[in-house]
Amino acid sequence: MVHQILFIIFALMCVAGAVNLLRQSHPINSALSLVVVMASLALIYLLLGAEFLAAIQVIVYAGAIMVLFVFVIMLLNAGAEERSTGSRIALIVGVPGALVLGVLVGWIMISNNKLLGSVAISPTDFGETHFIARLLFRDFLLPFEVTSVLILIAIMGAVVLGRKES
Amino acid sequence: MVPLSWYLILSAVLFCLGVLGFLLKRNIITIFMSIELMLNAVNLTFVAFANYWNAHGGLLPSGKPVVGLSGHVFVFFVMVVAAAEAAVGLAIIIAVFRTRETLNVDRVNLLKL
Amino acid sequence: MTENLHLWAIPLLPLAGAAINGLLGRHFKNAVVSTVALFFTAMSFGWAAWAVKSAWPGGNIALPHTETVGTWIWAGKFTVPFGFYLDQLSMIMVLVVTGVGFLIHIYSVGYMAHEGGYYRFFAYLNLFMFFMLTLVLANNYLLMFVGWEGVGLASYLLIGFFFLKDSAADAGKKAFIVNRIGDFAFLIGMFLIIQHWGSLNYDVVFNGVSQLSPEAGWGLLTAIALCLMFGAAGKSAQVPLYVWLPDAMEGPTPVSALIHAATMVTAGIYMIARSNAIFSRAPHALEVVAIIGCLTAIFAATMGMAQTDIKRVLAYSTVSQLGYMFLACGVAAYSAAIFHLMTHAFFKALLFLGAGSVIHAVGGEQDMRRMGGLRKLIPRTFWVVTIATIAIAGIPPFAGFFSKDEILGQVFASPHGGKILWAVGLLTAGLTSFYMFRLWFMTFFGELKLGSVDVGEEAHKASAPAHAAHDAASHAHGHADDQSHGHGGVHESPWIMIAPLMVLALFSIVGGWVGVPASMGGHNEIGNFLSPVMHASTTAKIVAVERGSEAAGHQTEEPKENSSEELMLAGTSVLVALIGFYFAWLLYYKRPELPDRITAKIHGIYLLVLHKYYVDEGYGQLIVKPLLALSTVVFWRGVDQGVIDGLVNGAGSASKGIGGELRRIQSGNIRSYAAWVAIGGAAVIAYMIWIGVAK
Repeated sequence: MVHQILFIIFALMCVAGAVNLLRQSHPINSALSLVVVMASLALIYLLLGAEFLAAIQVIVYAGAIMVLFVFVIMLLNAGAEERSTGSRIALIVGVPGALVLGVLVGWIMISNNKLLGSVAISPTDFGETHFIARLLFRDFLLPFEVTSVLILIAIMGAVVLGRKES
Repeated sequence: MVPLSWYLILSAVLFCLGVLGFLLKRNIITIFMSIELMLNAVNLTFVAFANYWNAHGGLLPSGKPVVGLSGHVFVFFVMVVAAAEAAVGLAIIIAVFRTRETLNVDRVNLLKL
Repeated sequence: MTENLHLWAIPLLPLAGAAINGLLGRHFKNAVVSTVALFFTAMSFGWAAWAVKSAWPGGNIALPHTETVGTWIWAGKFTVPFGFYLDQLSMIMVLVVTGVGFLIHIYSVGYMAHEGGYYRFFAYLNLFMFFMLTLVLANNYLLMFVGWEGVGLASYLLIGFFFLKDSAADAGKKAFIVNRIGDFAFLIGMFLIIQHWGSLNYDVVFNGVSQLSPEAGWGLLTAIALCLMFGAAGKSAQVPLYVWLPDAMEGPTPVSALIHAATMVTAGIYMIARSNAIFSRAPHALEVVAIIGCLTAIFAATMGMAQTDIKRVLAYSTVSQLGYMFLACGVAAYSAAIFHLMTHAFFKALLFLGAGSVIHAVGGEQDMRRMGGLRKLIPRTFWVVTIATIAIAGIPPFAGFFSKDEILGQVFASPHGGKILWAVGLLTAGLTSFYMFRLWFMTFFGELKLGSVDVGEEAHKASAPAHAAHDAASHAHGHADDQSHGHGGVHESPWIMIAPLMVLALFSIVGGWVGVPASMGGHNEIGNFLSPVMHASTTAKIVAVERGSEAAGHQTEEPKENSSEELMLAGTSVLVALIGFYFAWLLYYKRPELPDRITAKIHGIYLLVLHKYYVDEGYGQLIVKPLLALSTVVFWRGVDQGVIDGLVNGAGSASKGIGGELRRIQSGNIRSYAAWVAIGGAAVIAYMIWIGVAK
């Protein structure tokens, strides 16, 4: 009961933030809405027992990535969006496409409701950090190292691209 | 007891909203943020299924048991990649802004045939 | 035991000569070219003579003698070998072709000495020999057809030898195309033969024909015979396909002698004689052959009377004599036809070569009205041409008399309208004598009128082709100085040209003596020699004798007459020849003003004959023009430009159109790309649900 109420509250927060992201015309408002979405998603992760991930979500996503977004918005002095109709296709084809996609996926989920079972908040040590660490440094060591290389490349790329032409 | 399908439906809705944002918004940064929204929706799916597998167990096709926690690891990696992508993508946006002087994605159509 | 005579060498030797001269001759001096050509032709003649001697009846080798060098076509049960066939008929043909061919090669060395394209001429001439020998030595219809088509090709190449002249090129094309019409019928005949007997080999087909019972297969055999006859009519210039032969005089004179007198045009006669088994079983086809031959003979003779170009007269004379041979085949007197073929080869080649010598002497002039009095100036040419003229007129004891008399005798005795055909043939003999002596008188007697005579309006127009031919011939003949030769005008031809003429003259005198009939004290050697070939279908003969009915009977045997009748007929034909001579003497020697008065009186008829009965114009209007219109409007504009080009261009413009539409997806606009991705993703998921993967 409590679980369900909590879920619904957090889910509504999430969806509201997402809808607001679409509705705002100034990008800074959209960025702040996205932060709200990320925070509510972190709370939902907690409901699902993913403690480590909830923390990471807040620290990395909301704390680093979104801050980066805000910095760029400020740097480029982005203003409110102008109204222009560049692509009719996007509206005519894309919007129905996206809606159909969502509906289909949702329909699959609903029709398999029984199979999927349900989630409970229970005192387990399911999402604990040391378990994830064990997996990360033992079974998924290679991907872990590769991602560090990836980050290095990203840093280099960002520096090169962001440099002013001299 | 929240049915798992609710989490999944929420994820689908978030994904859908992300796609709509991508299609409807004209500011390139806002479009980028919609992409981040899509990534988050997928993360939610992974975490939900990690919980499912942990609760029900099962066997992989190769015969080994499914480790539910590997869903979390996957989300971890998605976040890493999203961070890298955000960094590089924003750098590109800055570069584009320097040449085109605009953040309106409809003006950036130099690849038109 | 049958020894191998390597008959394949006989055609292949001239082919080697043609290859050497054709590929390398450009770099050779004239002397080398002619040596190569003469060497291979002489070798071929020698080999042929040796083969004939080895295979002579009564020796070791049984006739007919077949040699197969390999299989050409093998399609299931249908096979066509590279087979060579030697029997009495092909013996005569091969000797005539190689012998007369060799003499003409020698003559050409002198005649073409100043011409450009010397090596080309001899290459083509050798090529022609190759094809003609393949034709007469083949043992099946298809290999014969290869030779048939090949001689048509060689004829085209040689008629159009002076290809820079429009009239020559056109004449070459005309010859080839008219021949092709006949070849089409020949092909149909061959297809019918394949369908019925499954093979084209002579022995298989003729045996098969003789197996048929008398009434059976009557319609089929008539159809085959008519098709073969039409093919022969194309090659041997019979009505209605004779129109190419007079125009073929555009070629150099040795070509006219070899191809259009002695050898190629006789291919049709040879084919009919070879197929005598089929023809003998199809009496109606034989009637058609006889009528066509007779019609051609007199038709051409009337046209020959009015021509003024010396080569044209001889061309029409050739058509007329071929008509005689056709007529002989039409009354199943095949050996008489072959006999006349042989003697005709001698005296007609001699006439053409002699005419060439005359033309050479007067520096390229071909119009007889400008000639005259050449008797004293070129005596050797005069004597050989005289011998040939007497031979063709049919005056004993020269060659033409015996063969022509044999034909007329057989025709007279034929039960199917034989008397009428004989009468027409007799009249033609008279006309032949008349126009040949006319030529003789106009050329050699009287006074030389070169260039000083105005030849009048109408005749001028009618002989305009001849005129143009003569003009260009004089240019092409390489004499920069028009009438004179640099050393005194009219002069005799060199010995290299006269020597072959003398050999041919000898044969024109004695060539007939192998066919002297019993009534005149001879043994008709040639008739007896050829009889095993001509009586191939013994069953039919027996049946004919038993039933004695006209429908099946008379055409299988050579009709017999009694001696006194024969002598009377012979006497009549000699009389008619002498009457022709008298009129020629009268009109062209004694009182030369008479022809103009006569033509003035019968002006309309004269014009009709002079313009060759407007047959060429008729063909042009009735056949050529509609075909040309059909080709232009229907095939070119309609099918080629409309349908085919439309399809191809349409494919192109359709691609362009579709591409243009598809291009609009690439708008450069990011949002539209995203839209397509979104709808694509939705479609994939929908599909997965639909096929049941995702439930």
